[in-house]
Amino acid sequence: MEDNNKNPVNFPDKEVLKAPAPKKKKKKKKKLPPKVIVVENLGVRFRIQEQKVDSLKEYFVRLVKRKLNYKEFWALREVNLKIRKGDRVGILGLNGAGKSTLLKCIAGVLKPTEGTVTVKGNIVPLLELGAGFDKDYTGAENIYFYGSMLGYSKAFIKERFNEIVEFSELGSFINVPVKNYSSGMKARLGFSIATVVDPEILILDEVLSVGDAKFRKKSSKKLAKMMKKGVTVLFVSHSSEQVIANCNKAIILDHGHVIASGKAEKICAQYEEMIADKS
Amino acid sequence: MKEFINNLKKFRFLFWELVKKDIKLKYRSSVLGVFWTLLEPLLTMIVLTLVFSELLGKGDDNFPVYILCGRLLYGFFSNGTKVALKSVRKHGTMIGKVYVPKYMYPLSAVVSNYIMFVISLIVLVGVMIFEKVKVTACIFQAFVPMLLILVMTMGVGLMLSTFNVFFRDLEYLWTVALMLIMYTCAIFYKVDKIKSASNLWIFKVNPLYSLIVMFRNAVFGRSIMASDGIVCDGYHFWYSLIFSIVVFLLGVLVFWRKQDKFILYV
Repeated sequence: MEDNNKNPVNFPDKEVLKAPAPKKKKKKKKKLPPKVIVVENLGVRFRIQEQKVDSLKEYFVRLVKRKLNYKEFWALREVNLKIRKGDRVGILGLNGAGKSTLLKCIAGVLKPTEGTVTVKGNIVPLLELGAGFDKDYTGAENIYFYGSMLGYSKAFIKERFNEIVEFSELGSFINVPVKNYSSGMKARLGFSIATVVDPEILILDEVLSVGDAKFRKKSSKKLAKMMKKGVTVLFVSHSSEQVIANCNKAIILDHGHVIASGKAEKICAQYEEMIADKS
Repeated sequence: MKEFINNLKKFRFLFWELVKKDIKLKYRSSVLGVFWTLLEPLLTMIVLTLVFSELLGKGDDNFPVYILCGRLLYGFFSNGTKVALKSVRKHGTMIGKVYVPKYMYPLSAVVSNYIMFVISLIVLVGVMIFEKVKVTACIFQAFVPMLLILVMTMGVGLMLSTFNVFFRDLEYLWTVALMLIMYTCAIFYKVDKIKSASNLWIFKVNPLYSLIVMFRNAVFGRSIMASDGIVCDGYHFWYSLIFSIVVFLLGVLVFWRKQDKFILYV
């Protein structure tokens, strides 16, 4: 992965102009933006134990009794995706369809059983904001800690420290241990740290609903600004309304397979039908 | 390999942040703060000296310093492996969300404990001055066991942190194992008091004991190659050197082979 963090606002000017609205892109169809995420023939296999063995004692008891049975199960199979720069892709699917598994593969935390995932550019995941904080650390210390987890450099965090504090609206609470924060405050800080970098790829897992109404407005505005700059977005949701509002493309996952992909409106309609059929 | 080095560069800052966090948080809410690092071995030394000096302390070496050497090295090994063991599981939520080189967790745990160990050597220096222990140039050889114990603890820590992901009861098992290791390290007794020759093999196989012998030799002005009366000259050096390197490589191998599966279990 490249180290893009030192000068995050380094998009070539042309691309910034090219990406803003989907309507304009249609006209320029001859020159498609570069692919940033390519998923080829992706498959992830899990071994499920009928009863989870997680202690040595139990492991040996079962080994002796010869009861170490595993069930195999493909969470994703033969998934192919090409996502271009500036695309905002909604990933729809019922529970257990493989949405988060797919995101984990793209984020690089889960190694696929087969197939390849190629990602160009730095990814910032906005999943369960604040989950990586250390509760005994103050907000200020957590900015450095969480920032370092996201791969920011020390100089970069130092430079942007005030910007983060300001955006999070924490004020003097920044020097209070995070264990005393409300969940909204944690989410605000998490959002501020993660979005300070202007990532090239943003992974959203229904986080648009964090914080109070005021902060929600502010964060949506910030995300919209990022999208204008041409950031690629992966958005996981159960709700087709949210997908239509935020995305220009969508895919449907079902039992680990991509069953449909294309324009957001069309796919969302298909998804609604699918749900209606099942219920 | 190139990717490994790039990653190391990118996450170098995270590594030191993790080290800093361990040290900072350990003493955050205590009044004495980092002085605990100094006070704890000192108190153990005083108690052990009071209890055992009549019974087991007869010999050439100054007994409080003798105890302190063993106690400090064992203390680092014990704390370092204990924290490393829990490290991967402790950061489980982040492992499932953001890509970070996972070896950072156990290794930073060991390094932060190593820094505290080095700080606690102040106590040893203080007691040595107080007890007027004669120091020779051999004291510089103490760097050899100090380096080897770091390598060995890292290796053991990598292995334990891996196994702890899959088997949660390892934590309790390791506490018992650490106790056995402590009693066979000759921290508060001298091996020449052990009369029965059939039990002496214990001191030949315990690598931590070898490291402690070397460290004590250096502190008391002898060469680290000197014998402890059980084995020939140089045995402890070669044994602990080979053991540390092997256990480190094994730790790296085990961790590297299993790290992609962590996310499925944490």
